[in-house]
Amino acid sequence: MDASTAGPNGIAISLSDVTKRFPGVLANDRVSLTFRHGEIHALLGENGAGKSTLISIIAGMQQPDEGTIAVGGATVRLSSPRDALKLGIGTVYQHVLLIPSLTILENLMLGSPWWRRCDPESVLPRFRELSKLLSVQLDPDALVGRLSLGEQQQVEIMRALWHGERALILDEPTSMLTPDGVKELSAVVRRLRDHGVAVIFITHKLREAYELADHISVLRLGHVVGELPKERLGKMTEKQVIDEVITMMFGRNDLSKGAEAALVGTALDHDGLKPVDRSGSPALALHDVSTTGQFGECALNHVSFDVWPGEIFGVAGVDGNGQKHLAEVLSGQRPVSGGTVMLNQKDVTRMGVPARRAHGVRYITDERLDEGTAGTHSVSVNLVLKETGKPPFWRNGITRWGVIHGHARTQIEAYDVRTPSEHTPIAKLSGGNIQKVLLARELSPDAKLVIFNKPTYGLDIQSTKLARDRIRRGAGADNAVVIVISTELDELMETCHRIAVMDRGELRGIVDNRKGAETEIGLLMTGARVPAHA
Amino acid sequence: MEGLLTEVFLGSLLFGAVTAGVPLLLSGLGEQISEKAGVLNIGIEGMMLMGAYAGFAGAYYTDSFTLGFLIGGLAGVMAAAVMVVLCVLLSMNQIVVGIAITLGGEGLTALLHHFQFSRSYPRLGRPETLPVPWLSDLPIVGSAFFDRNPLVYAAVLLTVALVWVFKRTHVGLNLQAAGDKPAALDAAGVSVTLTRSLAVLSTGLLSGLGGAYLSTIGGGLFLPFMTGGAGFIAIVLAMLARGKPMWVLFGAFMFGGSLSMTTAMQVAGVNIPTDVIQMLPFAMVILVLIIFARNSYLPPALGNPYHRGAR
Repeated sequence: MDASTAGPNGIAISLSDVTKRFPGVLANDRVSLTFRHGEIHALLGENGAGKSTLISIIAGMQQPDEGTIAVGGATVRLSSPRDALKLGIGTVYQHVLLIPSLTILENLMLGSPWWRRCDPESVLPRFRELSKLLSVQLDPDALVGRLSLGEQQQVEIMRALWHGERALILDEPTSMLTPDGVKELSAVVRRLRDHGVAVIFITHKLREAYELADHISVLRLGHVVGELPKERLGKMTEKQVIDEVITMMFGRNDLSKGAEAALVGTALDHDGLKPVDRSGSPALALHDVSTTGQFGECALNHVSFDVWPGEIFGVAGVDGNGQKHLAEVLSGQRPVSGGTVMLNQKDVTRMGVPARRAHGVRYITDERLDEGTAGTHSVSVNLVLKETGKPPFWRNGITRWGVIHGHARTQIEAYDVRTPSEHTPIAKLSGGNIQKVLLARELSPDAKLVIFNKPTYGLDIQSTKLARDRIRRGAGADNAVVIVISTELDELMETCHRIAVMDRGELRGIVDNRKGAETEIGLLMTGARVPAHA
Repeated sequence: MEGLLTEVFLGSLLFGAVTAGVPLLLSGLGEQISEKAGVLNIGIEGMMLMGAYAGFAGAYYTDSFTLGFLIGGLAGVMAAAVMVVLCVLLSMNQIVVGIAITLGGEGLTALLHHFQFSRSYPRLGRPETLPVPWLSDLPIVGSAFFDRNPLVYAAVLLTVALVWVFKRTHVGLNLQAAGDKPAALDAAGVSVTLTRSLAVLSTGLLSGLGGAYLSTIGGGLFLPFMTGGAGFIAIVLAMLARGKPMWVLFGAFMFGGSLSMTTAMQVAGVNIPTDVIQMLPFAMVILVLIIFARNSYLPPALGNPYHRGAR
């Protein structure tokens, strides 16, 4: 960085007319953006707006079909992540990209030339320098797999800045963090900005963008549809910013309240929920349930809770704290190592999936394509996947395709699944439509226990709103118990009667969903943890 | 059975263990390298056979064991290059390609041998040995361990060197990263393709050498299908060794010992049907797998081709 290109308001990276096509999709269409030193630049947009493609181009993961990238004033070709890293452009991806079996220092040493001596001592000075810059304290010899997600992210930021501090790209950095972790991250990001780093911050949460960003750009369908530069942003109130950005994102300002809530991150009033009658006995009772986990999995540790009929029960917590095991224990996919699961006063602990399904247990998994559906099979087949061999779809072992396709057409209609036909392989549908197929298969009025695991993960705003509405209405069943497992606190605040907090396989506490519950939940999420650093 | 603990029996058992163990050691280490980098190489058997044939033919025509080794190693590298192109560059299924290389290696070497030597099985002369001063004079272990071909010492030194490479070098870090989380290696600016390609080529080199050892020093002649499943035992060794070269060394000589049991018993004059004893190594593989398979650690990305962007 020489002085002519790197003044406090100098341009770090500029894109001009960057276009990227994928088969059938125009991911970026003549995008021109400028990222400056000492500025936090938020990129906003829905899923599929082209944010990820754009950052993978800046990170050197993909090459643009047209257009140029200039770094520090000079046009460059970024043909691999190495090129970008060498220019001081580092990226922190949404999912942690560190090797869990290596120590922090070893992870940071990855990518050094192989002929260089592999000596941890030689990289310690840079590690200390960056620790000071980020103002974090990490043990350089700690195994990365043992760190909290927030700490892992700090290591990733260090790695991104390792070869230079020109620009830092953060892709949805807050999605895996606790509320406290988000605060820490914000502090780190501000410190880097003040140090002169150009920070590019990708998010779909408007509030976060408003709080952190000096400059907001909005992408829609691959285009830059609007920008709020520093000078304007400084004079606007939060409400004005949010209104303006929503107008940019959708071209109009008449979004329904739910979609806006999903975007902004404000909870709706929860008065709309049907009150729960807790005078009777609970419909679902877990007593002292434990599981054993494979290497790297978080198992359940003496989990107990009761849920009453018609109640929507949320489970909050950072991903990977035992939620998957809980969902599988409830659905019957995972044996317990101790404890009991009672459903309507019946012990279902030892029942497998078919028996539980007969008792009204329904599971909408977060792994829609791996666990939930068979990707290469048609929508029709996926709709009867859990009824295989049973009448009316099969008779005497013979498949009755007419009945199966007819059933599919009814369900596609009822759940408004957007698919070319019932014969289309399900993997070809969008996330939201696969979700609808799952819902169509799992939900029915006679359900007794419906488990949603991360119900809106990866969905666009319309589908998110639909899914949340469905949960709020008790998942379409009469007085069923609904369990919502989610890492998005806003989602739980919007849909649930009570919210439990999971941390390292244990239930830290259960909070009634009312005003101020957010703070209580935040405390539970972090309270029992030893703070990462002072 | 009184002859079992005699000097003759133990000496020939240990000698045989080393002779049979070195090819297992070399190809087991090779397999370990590519497994570490996330490529499951089932084609080892084929690569060994290629090395065995080329090594034998090389030594036979050049009249030099050293040149024979080099040619054998080169043949292994060429077989591995096929795997690099198909599995690493074109992301084809590693198991299918591996089986193809094994079958191809078996067929090709049998065919080449038939063309070249028809039905004769010429023998090489006795390989020269390099006795270690003093140590080679020890009873029993002296001739078994310290009066061998230099390649034997080299194989053991290679094990030690690999421990160091895995633990203390950037190459070791890159290999582990390529097998544990290739996307992270890519994000760190290291080419996953290059790392994995080099790993597979080293596997080819080592199993080629292993095969060449088998046909030149081990037997002194080439027979079609002479590896007799050694490549698969090497895969088992690498999997059970959990990324630790020393365990491959230990395992290779254990299996080598059981392979050489037949000869040793005949030398000792014990009268057990040879068929029963020849079952021993395979019974041992099954036994070891039953006991230790639960503990085998495989890199999470083993067997998965890496595509940038498809995380």
